[in-house]
Amino acid sequence: MKPAASRRGAAAARRRGLWIGFLLAPALLVMTLFVAWPLASAFRYAFYAFNGLAASHFIGLENFRAVLFEPPYSAWTLRALAHNAIVFVALMLVQNGLAYLIAFALLKALPGHRVHQVIVFLPVVLSAVIVGFLWKLFLHPLFGLVNQALMAVGLAAHPWLGDGNTALGSIIFTNAWHWMGFPALIFLAAMQRVPREVMEAARIDGATDRALLGAIIWPLVAPATTIIFTLTFIGSFNWFELPYVMAGLDGSPGGATDVLGLYFYRTAFGSTSAGLQDFGHGSALAVLMFIFLAVVSGLALRVLRRREIEL
Amino acid sequence: MISARIGKLALAATAAWGMAFSAAHAADITFWTWRQEDKAAYTELFGDFTKANPDIHVKIEAFDPANYATILSTALAAGHGGDVLHTRAYGALETFAKAGYLLALDPKAVPELANLPADALASETLRADGKVYSLSFASQTLGVFINKDVFAKAGVQPPATWDAFLAACKALKAKGVIPLANGTATAWMDEVMASVFINPFLGPQFVADIQSGKASFEDKRYTAALGRLLELRDYMPPGFTGVDYATSQQLFLTGRAAMFAGGSFEIANFRKQNPKLNMDFIAPPAPSAGAPRYVSKFYDGGYAVNAKSAHQADALKLVRYMGTPAYGTKFAALLGNISPIKGVVINDPLLAEVAKLNETSMPYIMAVYFRFDSPTGSELLQSGLQKMMGGSATPEQVGADITKGVSRYYKPFQK
Repeated sequence: MKPAASRRGAAAARRRGLWIGFLLAPALLVMTLFVAWPLASAFRYAFYAFNGLAASHFIGLENFRAVLFEPPYSAWTLRALAHNAIVFVALMLVQNGLAYLIAFALLKALPGHRVHQVIVFLPVVLSAVIVGFLWKLFLHPLFGLVNQALMAVGLAAHPWLGDGNTALGSIIFTNAWHWMGFPALIFLAAMQRVPREVMEAARIDGATDRALLGAIIWPLVAPATTIIFTLTFIGSFNWFELPYVMAGLDGSPGGATDVLGLYFYRTAFGSTSAGLQDFGHGSALAVLMFIFLAVVSGLALRVLRRREIEL
Repeated sequence: MISARIGKLALAATAAWGMAFSAAHAADITFWTWRQEDKAAYTELFGDFTKANPDIHVKIEAFDPANYATILSTALAAGHGGDVLHTRAYGALETFAKAGYLLALDPKAVPELANLPADALASETLRADGKVYSLSFASQTLGVFINKDVFAKAGVQPPATWDAFLAACKALKAKGVIPLANGTATAWMDEVMASVFINPFLGPQFVADIQSGKASFEDKRYTAALGRLLELRDYMPPGFTGVDYATSQQLFLTGRAAMFAGGSFEIANFRKQNPKLNMDFIAPPAPSAGAPRYVSKFYDGGYAVNAKSAHQADALKLVRYMGTPAYGTKFAALLGNISPIKGVVINDPLLAEVAKLNETSMPYIMAVYFRFDSPTGSELLQSGLQKMMGGSATPEQVGADITKGVSRYYKPFQK
């Protein structure tokens, strides 16, 4: 290459680099200010004692010890973690399991499948706050639609969100109603990518719907399952909006719906009519949640990727 | 040509903005509050202040109550925030005062502090240095609201003793009325309801014993009083464990329920929502005939000065004004709250009744003594009450959990 051309090339590359830098800068600035900086602050605060609302001195791992091993915090942390785990398992089975079946039904392109596709996905576009508020009204013990319907058919009304045995389940159900369209759509897209000849060959060999779903489609939609598993895992352990709207910051009744998100928020920022702002313990909880999510998601991704098949 | 015109316009706009900015900020101080609904009343109150101090204008900035503490602490940590601040009382005040965000109010600089009773001053004092950091704005009283029309229609008299209370509930229920509007789905309201009904059973001696360490929350007096609450379950709304605060209020306001255990802070709101409501606010039932009917009392919060305010002298002037009987009288009239300032005249008959009930009062125990450290007594009690009323915990378990939780920091229980 001639030196002049080479210089022109270098100048062009520099211009291009500048452009990329210029375009990236605003996003980088926003991310640094509102994501990286708060994360770093939370990490730092987790190692500090607080004098009221101001950080006072470095105390090492004391905040972590308190939230993990000192009662009543340890019991609350464990309870919240257990509830998150229940939410995750229930959503994987109910929400994503049903989504898988619905996706298969939609794949069959039965009459009206396009309308149903829209109907299934419609709740996903609503905000979690609206959905939570709506279902809180539906489940209201006195005026709620659910109890009115139960009473109309001669069944007893029930305080769904007020009973410790049904409160968490009711919120999980609401989450499934709200969010099922999303995994259904991902599964449907993955199923549509399965080569037609594979399905037809299976059919010719006499495969039933059940066999098709279990032995043919399931392994072939593994990449979609990986995404859905990871998103459900992160969503379940970061669960906040729905329990906040439907059960309040305290995880009513009596902590039956308390999850890590609520527990962290309540600890760090205080509940106006009950608790105090405790940035030290709150930051320790946030850091633990971050580490737990990052490690488990990373491991799960590795394991799940291994079972993905390329056709 | 066009660019010259744009340039001139921009220059003019900048100059106008600059002038407006400097005019607006020459003698402006800001008041930060969570009481969005009281903005009009405060505008009127501060109007009076500006009349007397024409150089000082007060700008009100009201924030979402649920996030107020977070917004305020973030602003103060960054060296910003209003010049005068609405603060909460007791432990919530301490978190701000301890961090050095508030100016200690020196009685020499704010002689109006002498207008406040001792318990009001204590509610705004940092225990570590004994200094007052905020000037109390209102006391709140917890008792029983009754719908007089519903009672009259059912032919039931407002009850004075616990037995009469249960009998009245039974009679009201028989007439198809929900006797007590309260549900238990909103945790903080459970503490309010519990305090209303159990304090007359506990009495001031129990509070003294708790402070000295002679008694804990496992004391028979406390667990037996909690057990009384279980007797109310038959008279609360159907599915009461799922009935939240807003629903309870509506049940009472619409006359579907005859009584509501709540605080005097509801009066203004109830009147606004249903001006025709013929209500009364009475003391809770006494354990037996002739025994005192203690209402629970606490202080809501106060007015503090930002330690980093650039207008501290003006801010202090405003706080001093808010400690005068004239301010307290107008505050009570406009906002339907009881000002703790001595010499305040309360003309509203219902508020005057509340003020009279305060003569036989007891502290709202958890807020006054157990919201200074974590876990707070309120957190433990509220959660325990929800479990107890829902049938998954006994009063003894609730008492034991509270005692164990607060023992972490409460010295009298560590003996």
